[in-house]
Amino acid sequence: MSIPGPEDITRHELANGLVVLVRENHNSPSVVIRGYLPVGAYDEQPEQAGLAALTASALMRGTANRAFEQIYEELESVGASVGASGGTHFTGFGAKSLVEDLPLVLDILADVLRHPVFPNDGVEKLRGQILTDLEERAHDTRRMANLAFYELAYPQEHPYSRSLTGYTETIGGLSREDLVDFYSRGYGAQEMVIVVVGAVETAAALAQIAAAFGDWAGHIYERPPLPEAPRITEVRERIVVIPGKTQSDIVLGYPGPPRTAPDFLDALVCNSILGVFGLMGRLGDNVRDSQGLAYYSYSRLDGGPGPSPWRVVAGVNPTNVEPAIVSIRDEIRRIQEEIVSENELNDNKAFITGSLPLRLETNEGVARSILNIERYNLGLDYLQRYAELIKKITAEQVRTVANRWLDPDAYALGIAGPPAS
Amino acid sequence: MNRTNGFIKTRLSNGMNVLIKEVHTAPVASFWVWYRVGSRNEHTGITGISHWVEHMLFKGTNTFPKGTAEKAIAREGGVFNGMTWYDFTTYFATLPAARIELALHIESDRMVNALFDPDEVAAERNVIISERQGAENDPEFLLSEEVMAGAFRVHTYGIDTIGHMCDLETMTRDQLYAHYDTYYAPNNALTVAVGDFKTDEMLQMIERHFGAIAGKPDAPPVSACEPQQKGERRVIVEEQGNVAYLKVVFHAPTVHELDFFAVTALDAALTGASGMTFFGGGLTNKSSRLYKALVETELATSISGTLIPTVDPFVYSLSATVRGDHTPAEVEEALEAELTRVVEEPVTEEELFKAIKQAKAQFAYSSESVTGQALWIGFSEIFADYTWSENYIANLSAVTVEDVQRVAQKYLRRSNRTVGWYVPQAT
Repeated sequence: MSIPGPEDITRHELANGLVVLVRENHNSPSVVIRGYLPVGAYDEQPEQAGLAALTASALMRGTANRAFEQIYEELESVGASVGASGGTHFTGFGAKSLVEDLPLVLDILADVLRHPVFPNDGVEKLRGQILTDLEERAHDTRRMANLAFYELAYPQEHPYSRSLTGYTETIGGLSREDLVDFYSRGYGAQEMVIVVVGAVETAAALAQIAAAFGDWAGHIYERPPLPEAPRITEVRERIVVIPGKTQSDIVLGYPGPPRTAPDFLDALVCNSILGVFGLMGRLGDNVRDSQGLAYYSYSRLDGGPGPSPWRVVAGVNPTNVEPAIVSIRDEIRRIQEEIVSENELNDNKAFITGSLPLRLETNEGVARSILNIERYNLGLDYLQRYAELIKKITAEQVRTVANRWLDPDAYALGIAGPPAS
Repeated sequence: MNRTNGFIKTRLSNGMNVLIKEVHTAPVASFWVWYRVGSRNEHTGITGISHWVEHMLFKGTNTFPKGTAEKAIAREGGVFNGMTWYDFTTYFATLPAARIELALHIESDRMVNALFDPDEVAAERNVIISERQGAENDPEFLLSEEVMAGAFRVHTYGIDTIGHMCDLETMTRDQLYAHYDTYYAPNNALTVAVGDFKTDEMLQMIERHFGAIAGKPDAPPVSACEPQQKGERRVIVEEQGNVAYLKVVFHAPTVHELDFFAVTALDAALTGASGMTFFGGGLTNKSSRLYKALVETELATSISGTLIPTVDPFVYSLSATVRGDHTPAEVEEALEAELTRVVEEPVTEEELFKAIKQAKAQFAYSSESVTGQALWIGFSEIFADYTWSENYIANLSAVTVEDVQRVAQKYLRRSNRTVGWYVPQAT
């Protein structure tokens, strides 16, 4: 199959603002749906942290047409899945089934998005599950290090500083009415996107989506602009002590470039060199391979609609936390100061472009790529232009982007592990 | 040689099995080498050795010095990894199809030329200890370790693949190398290639890279034989944490018995179908009996069941996360009531039908990537042969409600089970 592009991706906008994209794949017996609504934690009040995520989960607890048990009986009987999950800027949803069950999953998807009833007992059961999960989180070094990182990296008024899942106090304080209210004011077809990939006929898929969602209006939150996420100018560190743990987790990072930043692809190449290529890039070479300090040490560039994190993550023996941080800072300093060699640069660019066919092998991979293209307005031919965009990035651009966004001496650092002995 | 529909199984003269399948839906290919060695082949003093040997296979040969193999794969846009488990150690790469030969070059080289440099062994000791400590951070790992040790008092399935900490601290380079030398041989291995190539060309490539590697004496057989469990075993893990867990395992039929499929159907009714998803993915299970009895009743926040195919008899395992305001005892009581129900009354035809449909869907989903297809072909060859996964749906479809009740009565007995509670200690 060729790289998806304007010849085989169909994009159609319905009168109510919903955008549908379809790409056929008759080599597969299944169909995948991925999409989003522009509602999320962005639209919460801080004291309601977790509301968007809880609302998204609660969609599946029952609709005007189907009780909870019926939804899952219908889905699981055919080995299909439908789900929604709340993020910061968007609430994502998806479905997967064998192609003969597409009408069923579309019907259920439309039902849960358009007609949820948020039954009291369902909301309470979900609340209990989330509260148990929050108890687990409090004892999880990786999650607690991440939580501390976000709280330090972003100002308190910034939605990114808060947990998407919420906190025991905020989840405990939410009522069914809060969910109903949040849903009714923010879920609607305007600016909603649905991608369908699989063994479908385009015209039929478009017709089915139009039938399911074409007459939906709903509402959409008016969003104030995102607060600034200023560059960090000092070391902000927090240590979360969790008794009984045998490993410490470290998250060191910064607010990073949005996906639409002009230097995002430069950052992608830089990130690959720093902590991805081969066995976790230079970080893996240094922290794990050379020094044996960690089982994992890598970097991640999130690239979202706003200044999502650019961070380094490592899991180390508690006695190795300090040397690991020193090594991480060394690698950040190095990528800022030294021009990367032609060989290393070419290797990383080859990795990024060469791995594209692997990312496009499955229906999920194609759907994810098309969704991103739409979300960030990259153009239907983006995947076909991608290799060229990557190839022309220079070593100087890599150094520039590292200096613009990273800093070995000023960062947000979350550490979670056992008490110092 | 067996040849059907672009799929062949053959054997090189050095004893290495070769399985090749053409798939032309995407310009990618996946190449795997599976060695018949895992924690099953270990004993006290060298637990964790197979996993450590796997790590050392990434630490260089003369042809591919440390770090160069993964970089070579990455530069071609590929993914590259290894995995050690009870019954096998496997290495794979998935690459753009035109580049697949690199994987054969790397694997044939490190099958016999891994250096096991003493300094690298020493550095990797810390990494593996770090990996073990990371696992110990997880209450469910700690609980599983105790429960499995309880269920298997003789067979090495009772020891986690990561190995005991004391062995990780004391194993020597010579022991590691001897283990590698014994088990890493073409006649103790199989290779699987799935993707966008021509079968004959791939076979020639495999012959070219692996054909000259000499066979070795047969690896020593595993003689550990788990005696029948004669009574319930119980274990409590009291450790730091906030959340309690329950794990219950029952000795299970082997993959060669049709009862294996009856227990699979039983598990689908109890916890939802998970037959093809040991390595990730999977469907929801909210319409299953145990979800309704444990999670919808707010005793637990999750329930899962697993029956993994293995070389020697293994266990059917049920795991639950206890909800904050309840105890493992309460979850266990509700669990037992449901298991009694399924022993006393047959499951319904609808439940069986659902299990089959779920398995068909999962099978289709897992076949969507060449990596997934190659994984299942190779894995099946370890505990049976590739026809096992080809016949999976047919065998599952032949299960009757009487079969399910019979295996429930035979295997869900109290005397056949090991029960573990994780009881978090407040700080």
